[in-house]
Amino acid sequence: MSTLTDMRRDMNARMFKQQRNMWIAVALVLGCLPLFYGGSDFALTVSIQIGMMIIFSLAYNMLLGQGGMLSFGMAVYFGMGGFLSMHFMNMIEADTVWLPMALLPVVGAFIGLVLGLIIGSFSTRKAGTIFAMISLGIGELVAASSLIFVKFFGGEEGVTGDRTMGPEMFGVDFASELEVYYLVAAWVFIATLLMFLFSRTPVGRMANAVRDNPERAEFVGYSQRFVRLISFAGAGLFSGLAGSLFAITYEIVTEETLNAVTSGAPLIMVMIGGAGYFIGPIIGAIFYTLLSTVLSNYTEIWLMYVGIIFVLTIMYLPAGLTGLLLMHNPIIKAKKLKRILPVYGKIALPVIGIFLGIVGLLEVGHYAHNASAGDMTMSLFFVSVDTSSYLPWIFFTGILVGGFMLAKKQAPSVAETYEEVHKEALGGGDK
Amino acid sequence: MTSAIHLVDLQKSFGQTAIIRGINLEIKKGERHAIIGPNGAGKSTLFHLISGKYEPTAGSVKLHGNEITGLPPYEIYRKGLSRSFQVTNIFHRMTVYENVRCGIMWNMGYKYSFWNRVDTTEEINLKTEAVLEEIGMVERAMTPAGLLTYAEQRALEIGITIAGGADVIMLDEPTAGMSHSETEQAVALIRKISENKTLVMVEHDMGVVFGLADRISVLVYGEIIATDTPDRIKENEAVQEAYLGTEHDDDA
Repeated sequence: MSTLTDMRRDMNARMFKQQRNMWIAVALVLGCLPLFYGGSDFALTVSIQIGMMIIFSLAYNMLLGQGGMLSFGMAVYFGMGGFLSMHFMNMIEADTVWLPMALLPVVGAFIGLVLGLIIGSFSTRKAGTIFAMISLGIGELVAASSLIFVKFFGGEEGVTGDRTMGPEMFGVDFASELEVYYLVAAWVFIATLLMFLFSRTPVGRMANAVRDNPERAEFVGYSQRFVRLISFAGAGLFSGLAGSLFAITYEIVTEETLNAVTSGAPLIMVMIGGAGYFIGPIIGAIFYTLLSTVLSNYTEIWLMYVGIIFVLTIMYLPAGLTGLLLMHNPIIKAKKLKRILPVYGKIALPVIGIFLGIVGLLEVGHYAHNASAGDMTMSLFFVSVDTSSYLPWIFFTGILVGGFMLAKKQAPSVAETYEEVHKEALGGGDK
Repeated sequence: MTSAIHLVDLQKSFGQTAIIRGINLEIKKGERHAIIGPNGAGKSTLFHLISGKYEPTAGSVKLHGNEITGLPPYEIYRKGLSRSFQVTNIFHRMTVYENVRCGIMWNMGYKYSFWNRVDTTEEINLKTEAVLEEIGMVERAMTPAGLLTYAEQRALEIGITIAGGADVIMLDEPTAGMSHSETEQAVALIRKISENKTLVMVEHDMGVVFGLADRISVLVYGEIIATDTPDRIKENEAVQEAYLGTEHDDDA
């Protein structure tokens, strides 16, 4: 019995406890969340959407983060899972088949799995550019056929259904938003747990190995293509499940669930959240959905902001928001966060200035371009702004440029303080 | 007794250029066999042909009497042949521990399993730890492989290769670029891991070759000009001519 064995057993035992507590906490949070909403349907709706997106982006990260495959066509599995679930829902209503509505996501998951196996059988031969191009092609192909095969996809109106018409289980018929929330929450828990466990199986570990070095994986007995195919089929399965939840929640599925915007969403969520961490896509999904639902209440050009945040994340935070948070983990553990916060406070002001400048310019520009003649005064940040004058342009450009220059001046000292505190935290924490 | 590896008229051309021009070679079970030859003789290409990285243009490769010509690398590995690489070929973003673990899962029967948990499967981890002990990397187990020193990466390369317990081990220049003391350690390691196994290796360091090998084959311009014991190879005129004719390479 070597010391390494003891160390590993010790570590595993600790990790097992940590993980078990974490999953209990997740279940508790999912279960209790609606209690804090005070009956707000908007909060429930947003939570449901976040739940769907968590499953979808985690599924996407089975490809990108764990398997090293960049897909531009995940909407195929999400949308097809949704459409077939919707047809199945209508068959349940017509009494052609018997299935409790709560189990409908199994149908979506199965569709995703089958499609994943079929498409993966030829697209996973190589990773990299070839894989990305095939996924784009298939995505466009399916999106285009949704407007050609009108009978199946319902044309531009899509397909509708009624989730309350299924056989009742325990007196639940999903007529209320709250019941739908708990259905989605239960599936989020199951899917997240399964995907987490998958990443710890032999084939899940080999997915990482194939991502890092496909050639070497072949020389330890694994066909890189088959390992990718399994990841791909799994990603299809959980995307289909998410699509099914979409069908249940909105009771309508249109061609929008198949198009490039839907394919891009999980990519954006994963990159913002951090592809290198299991929790990254979850954080990305929460951030993205909150941003899009809340922002879209205030501004028409919210998608532009999502785009800007996406680009900034790629440029400055390659490890995503999760990476940014975890950078501070040792500092928090060593209780040295107090030392670094004042420095962050100093750079916060110029950064806020940059954002205000960007938002101001975009909003004023957007308003001036679209406003009806004679009505050039808009309300921005609770102030009325005359968009026909030069003043707002000069003002916002001023704080943008000023903020940028100040931030650039501050940045080296912030980085320096971080390095210093981080080093201390590591040195002091371990010994 | 069938030989471990049997090559019959093996040939490989890239376009018009013939790199391997008809090799016949039998490597006996349990022997340590070294392949030497001047730069560009085709030693690495020969390795790639046997291990399945390249497909031969003509001829056949047999492993324990079974035809393996043209099979993909993972099929050949499953039949009991494992190889290392001249340019270190490891999983850089994974830890040393995980690197070795990748090398043992298939042969322990876990294959494409998605129903076993790796962390809690005692059998897998005990074997991994035994291999780490054998290659002397217990201390570095939790280090990402990309952060190892060059010599450590070479040792890990050998660790991944032997982890699955394959009975034919092929090492491509295991001591290339190592210092004298590192080479000594590597030789001791190779001697240990190749006990009761068939070892085929390409090596430039003549000290290593003559110290380890039971038999030596000399490859020149895609042909084997001699296969014999180290003593007789030293005295072989054709070998001397080949080496003196290209570059003086004794005990480099």
